[in-house]
Amino acid sequence: MSKHEERAFPARFDSLSAIDRFVASAAEGAGFDRCTVYQVRLAVDEACSNIIEHAYGGESGGVIECSLGVSSGELTIVLRDYGDPFDPESVPEPDVNASLQDRPGGGLGLYFIHHMMDEVDFEFDRVEGNVLTMVKRSESPGGDEGGDRCRQT
Amino acid sequence: MDISTKEYKRCAVVEVSGRIDSATAPELAEAFNELTSEGQYNLVLDMDDVEFISSAGLRVLIDVQKTCQRLNRGKLVLAEVPEHIYEAFDLAGFVALFDFYDEQIDAVGSF
Repeated sequence: MSKHEERAFPARFDSLSAIDRFVASAAEGAGFDRCTVYQVRLAVDEACSNIIEHAYGGESGGVIECSLGVSSGELTIVLRDYGDPFDPESVPEPDVNASLQDRPGGGLGLYFIHHMMDEVDFEFDRVEGNVLTMVKRSESPGGDEGGDRCRQT
Repeated sequence: MDISTKEYKRCAVVEVSGRIDSATAPELAEAFNELTSEGQYNLVLDMDDVEFISSAGLRVLIDVQKTCQRLNRGKLVLAEVPEHIYEAFDLAGFVALFDFYDEQIDAVGSF
């Protein structure tokens, strides 16, 4: 059985909690455990924060279209915006082993997205918009490197 | 997000509930700024009722820790961190940068 939902949200930081509720409900509906649900919520929050902050350059009146598809223990999340494109390859991976003094404040958003989700794909089109597709599967909680993370107690 | 602050003889405790995200993180930063601007650099963040924290919140914690540890004048420690949030902290390399306590009373007693 598959299920599909779509909603559009104003690209403002105060939309993040509503987007979170929308996504958490779908992730719970997909049968994910609590930690896997949290991983999905974190990835989506980081992605939407990046869209507002970077694609739209702040709370500028844009929109975030969020599409959720659940099928066979797999949750597919598609986020579309009409802001500026960016090159994900140009964002350096943060050094999570750096000392406190050498640790920059930012840079963790994209890192979390890649580590929390099983598939991450960016597409940029000036007409169709910027599309981020993320997939999470129930059989691989923690993603491709996360076998020891978020274990159930 | 709700924030409450309690000041003790040797430290201050900041209790937060709800979501710490890009919308609310500036409010948390301001709460910490009020304490450090008064010279309070021994800080406990009790996260028992934190339901969600994004990298915007983690950025605040890094900045506060840098402020507190400058000149060895104090530090920020974390208490009662929920398991799912601890996993994100671990992924971000925060485990090496903060002391973690299961109970708030033990975090307070560490100062």
